[in-house]
Amino acid sequence: MSERQRGDRPVLAVEDLTVTIGTRRGPARAVAGVDWSVRAGETLALVGESGSGKSMSVLAATGLAPRSARVTGRVHLLGTELTGLPAERRRRMRGRHVGFVFQDPMTSLNPVLTVGRQVIEAAEEHLGLTRRAARARAVELLDLVGIPSAAERVDAYPHQFSGGMRQRVVIAMALACEPDLLIADEPTTALDVTTQAQIVELVADLQRRLGTAVVWITHDLGVVAGIADTVAVMYAGRILEQGPVDAVFADPSHPYTAALLAARPDPAAGGGDLVTIQGAPPSPLDLPAGCAFWPRCPVRGDARCEHELPPLAPVSADHHVRTFYPHQPDGGSR
Amino acid sequence: MARFVIRRLLQSGVVLLGVTLVVFLLLQLVPGDPVRVALGTRFDPQTYEALRARAGLDQPLVAQYFNYLGRALTGDLGVSFRSGRPVTSIVLERLPATLSLAVTAVVFAMLIAFPLGVLSAIRSGSFIDHAARVFSQFGVSVPDFWMGIMGILLFAGVLGWLPPSGYVALTEDPARWASHVALPAATVGLVTASILTRFIRSSMLEVLSEDYVRTAEAKGLRTRVVVLRHVLRNALIPVVTVVAVQLASLLGGVIVIEVLFAWPGIGRLTYDAVQARDYPVLQGAVLLVAALFLLVNLLVDILYARLDPRITVR
Repeated sequence: MSERQRGDRPVLAVEDLTVTIGTRRGPARAVAGVDWSVRAGETLALVGESGSGKSMSVLAATGLAPRSARVTGRVHLLGTELTGLPAERRRRMRGRHVGFVFQDPMTSLNPVLTVGRQVIEAAEEHLGLTRRAARARAVELLDLVGIPSAAERVDAYPHQFSGGMRQRVVIAMALACEPDLLIADEPTTALDVTTQAQIVELVADLQRRLGTAVVWITHDLGVVAGIADTVAVMYAGRILEQGPVDAVFADPSHPYTAALLAARPDPAAGGGDLVTIQGAPPSPLDLPAGCAFWPRCPVRGDARCEHELPPLAPVSADHHVRTFYPHQPDGGSR
Repeated sequence: MARFVIRRLLQSGVVLLGVTLVVFLLLQLVPGDPVRVALGTRFDPQTYEALRARAGLDQPLVAQYFNYLGRALTGDLGVSFRSGRPVTSIVLERLPATLSLAVTAVVFAMLIAFPLGVLSAIRSGSFIDHAARVFSQFGVSVPDFWMGIMGILLFAGVLGWLPPSGYVALTEDPARWASHVALPAATVGLVTASILTRFIRSSMLEVLSEDYVRTAEAKGLRTRVVVLRHVLRNALIPVVTVVAVQLASLLGGVIVIEVLFAWPGIGRLTYDAVQARDYPVLQGAVLLVAALFLLVNLLVDILYARLDPRITVR
C-alpha cells in the first residue's frame, strides 16, 4: 500500500457546481453554485437535511447524476477538468481514482454475484488483473476491511452477510483500485448504532493507512465531529457555512448551523424533549430569491433576508458563512 | 437436488391425478353419445349395447373412473373410439410435431425479444424503444390466424419461398422440416415475441433503477458489462417464468395454427378428438399436456436456483 502525503493540491475540487434536474413540473435546482475541495488524507464532511443537495453535488461531480440532470461548473479530479470530458473518460476515472460507498448495503450489492466477484471487478476493469491475481486481491481486500476468514467468504453471496459485514464488503469494493478519493454517501445511516461506530472507525483507520481523501456525506453531526477535518453545511442546494470542523463546531456562525448543533440529542441532559427546527426546507422547484433558510430562521432578519441572497463571506481565514447576521459566540443574535 | 426433484415429481403425480378427475368429470358434461357417433349410419340397438359394454360405458361413473385410472398407471390410456388404436401411441406419435413447433417458435421469439427488450430498456424513450412498443402492440393485438394467413399468402403464394402447409419429420429430412416449420413457428413466435419483449423491457427497467446498478456504474465498469453482468442476469429471473409459461402453453398445441397449417400435432389431435367425441384420445391429450406443463415448471424451478443464489432447492 502506498502512503500518500497530505498534499497541497486538492484531490477533488468543485467550483460553482450547479445541478438542475428536469422534472414534469419544471426544472428543479438541486445544487445551486457550490464550491468545495478535499486534499489527500483529509476528510470533508458534507452535512445537510435530505434533499439539501449534498449527495447530488457529489454524484454530479463524478458523472453519476441522473440523465435528466444538467450539470454546470468546474470539477477538478487530480488536476483534470471533468465537466468537459466525454462520458467514456469520466467512466475510466470512476472506480480507478474515486471509490464509492453508498447508504444501504442491503441494496447496493448485486444479489446474484459473489462478493469476491463484485469486490474485484473494478480492479479487473481498470488495472487489468488476471483472474487469479484478482481473486487473491479480493481476499486481501476483504481481509483488509476486517471480514473474518476472507479466503472462504470470497465465494459467498451478499445475502449470506449481515448488514455491517455487507458495508465492509462495499468498502473493500470501493478500495479495490486504491483510489485517491473515497466518497461515503451516508454509509452508516442504514446500520444499527454499534455497527455504525465500527464502520466509522474502519474508514478512519483505512484513511490513516492509505492516505485517501474522504468526502463523507451525512446528517449525523456526531460523526462529523469525530472524523472530519473540514465541514460544509448545505441547505436547499447551497453551502451555508464552511470551514475547519473545530472552528465551525466551536463557533457556529450561521443560525442554521447553530440550530442543527442545538438539535443534537444530549444523553447527559436526560429524557427531555428534543430540540427541533420548525418548518420544512423549500421545494427545489420554487426556491426563494433571498436566503432559503429565512422562513425557518430563528433570527428572522428582515426584508433583506427575504429578497437578497447573502454572500458566502469569511468570518475568519478558512471559515465562511452565508448570512447577513452571523451568530455571535456570546449568543448576541439569538 | 435429487431429493428436490423426487419430491417435485411426487407432487406432480398428485396434480396429474387431479387432472384426470377433472377431465373425466368434464367429459361427462359434454353432450353427445360417442358410441352413436362411432356407429353413425350402421346403428342398431344390439351393436350399440355391445360397444357400450366393451368400452365400459354401461358401468357406474365411479367404476369407470377407477378402471381408467388403473389402466392409465400401466401406460394404457384406452383405445380410440374412432380408429380403435391405443391412445398412448396416438398421443405420443403427435408429440414430435408439437414439440418441434413449440421449441422453434420459442427460440424464434427469444431471438427477437431479447435484443429488442434489452435495447428498448437501456435506450428508453429512443426510436428503438418506440419501434419495440409498436411491434409488441401489433403482435399482441393482431390475431395469430390472420397473421398465419397473411404469411401463407406472402411467402407461399406471392413469393413461393415456403410450402403453404404440411409437416415433414425432423428426423426424416431436416431441410424440408425447416421449410415447413418456418411459417407456423414464425406466426406463433411473433405473438410470443411481443409478449416477451414487453416483459423483458419492464423487467430490465426495474433492475436498471436498482442501487447495485448505480454501484456498478460507480466502479467505472463499461456499459456493456453493467448491462450484461449486473442488469440482465437479475432481469432474467422473472422473464424465465414467462418464457416457461409460453413454452408450456405452446406444448399444449396451438390449435388454430396447427389446423391452419395442417400440422399434425397435439393441438390438431385435440381438435379432431373433440369433433369426433373421441373421449379416450381427448383425455390422453389433456393428460399429456398437463404432464408437459408440470415438467416445464420443474425445469424452471431448477433454473431459478441456478440464476438466483438466494433460492435453494431442497
